[in-house]
Amino acid sequence: MGATQRIWTLFRKDWMLEMRQQYSFYGVILYVASTIFVLFLTLGDNADSVTWNALFWVTQLFVCINAVAKSFLQESRGRMLYFYSIVNPAEYVTAKLLYNLVLMAIMNLVNLVLFTAFMGNPTSSTWAFIGISFLGGMGLSLIFTMLAAIASKAQQQASLMAILGFPLIIPQLLLLVRLSRYAFAEVFRDGVVLQVVLLLLALDLAIVVLSVILFPFLWKD
Amino acid sequence: MKRSWWKIACVVLLVYTVVGGLLLPVPALRQLQETIRNLYFHVCMWMAMMTVFTVSVVNSIKYLRQLDLRRDIQASEYATTGVVLGLLGYATGIIWASYTWADPNNPAYASFGSIVREPKLIGTAMALLIYFAYFVLRSSITDMDKKARVSAVYNIFAYAMLFPSIWIIPRLVPSLHPGQEGNPALNVNDVDARMRLVFYPAIIGWTLLAVWITSLNVRLAFIKEKNWLNAH
Repeated sequence: MGATQRIWTLFRKDWMLEMRQQYSFYGVILYVASTIFVLFLTLGDNADSVTWNALFWVTQLFVCINAVAKSFLQESRGRMLYFYSIVNPAEYVTAKLLYNLVLMAIMNLVNLVLFTAFMGNPTSSTWAFIGISFLGGMGLSLIFTMLAAIASKAQQQASLMAILGFPLIIPQLLLLVRLSRYAFAEVFRDGVVLQVVLLLLALDLAIVVLSVILFPFLWKD
Repeated sequence: MKRSWWKIACVVLLVYTVVGGLLLPVPALRQLQETIRNLYFHVCMWMAMMTVFTVSVVNSIKYLRQLDLRRDIQASEYATTGVVLGLLGYATGIIWASYTWADPNNPAYASFGSIVREPKLIGTAMALLIYFAYFVLRSSITDMDKKARVSAVYNIFAYAMLFPSIWIIPRLVPSLHPGQEGNPALNVNDVDARMRLVFYPAIIGWTLLAVWITSLNVRLAFIKEKNWLNAH
């Protein structure tokens, strides 16, 4: 069995677990819905585009923390020991990264749909914003996957993950908020948009490489 | 005596920094006036902080390679010193900013919002938050080896994320801070020749002092953890 196939099997295992224990999946969706509903009640649809953008990314951040957090926390010690004996850590973490990417993409879609439904759609180029939001969701899910792996080794895991993650996520969020103004018809200098997109992709790549290098040290107990 | 030459150098350089920094001539700039002398203290704190954090990460990498608890103690002690230096950098920066940036016609809090958005301040805040999180992470794990391993992983991961951000943020946020493009005061043309006579020795002096303080803390920690270290 090749490496790709093993990663695919691990990915499918996570997916099947998710489908069988649907409470956590729907739990996160409910979390998105109630957050946006509270925003809708407190703000109504008179949010200007800057506020809309900021709220969208903050929601995205918290949704990501909730969706990704359990990826390592739900694994019991015994199960980790079992994985430890049958797969190598790089493949295991790659499968987790992939799985969280897909999960976050789904949550991203839910977030987008609900945000547009409740808070209106102030963007002038909807497709650009959708693209940017998926790019952002990707970066967020990758960073928080690695942090969930780190936090799962400590006590007070959920809150610890937020503490560990916030300082690291600031630059990405700033970049994304800046970049999404492009979808609000702000004019950028030539090539700047492409440059920022490439920069974000490079950051994502760096996170993946670091995760694959560092994860093996985390998982032997 | 052989091994303490750098401690003597540190004392000499710092005495020179304080005396020379306060007495030697400086260019009279309209906005800065004599506050320009703060360069010898404020900027050096930042440089010493980054150096010390880098040493901390190097120790973390070495820990993961050798699994020697001494490395872990060194990594955490260097991080502690770095946090202190960062706070001192803020303190000296506040003094400087209150004479140069703050609008004397408004109460102090009115200038707060515009000053706090400075990219250099955000960068330092991120570094400090990362290391506060690092200490929280350390204190939440009781097993010594596990604590050392997990915190080393976080230290390396966070440091690798911190550097691109320090490079990115200044290009996103408008700034009053000198040295918008890159590292303030390191560029040879930024600093007057008369000031460089004090500035470069000051950087070395403050960095040496940081290393000295850390080495004492490390030795103290080694004594405290003697039973653990010898068991290995």
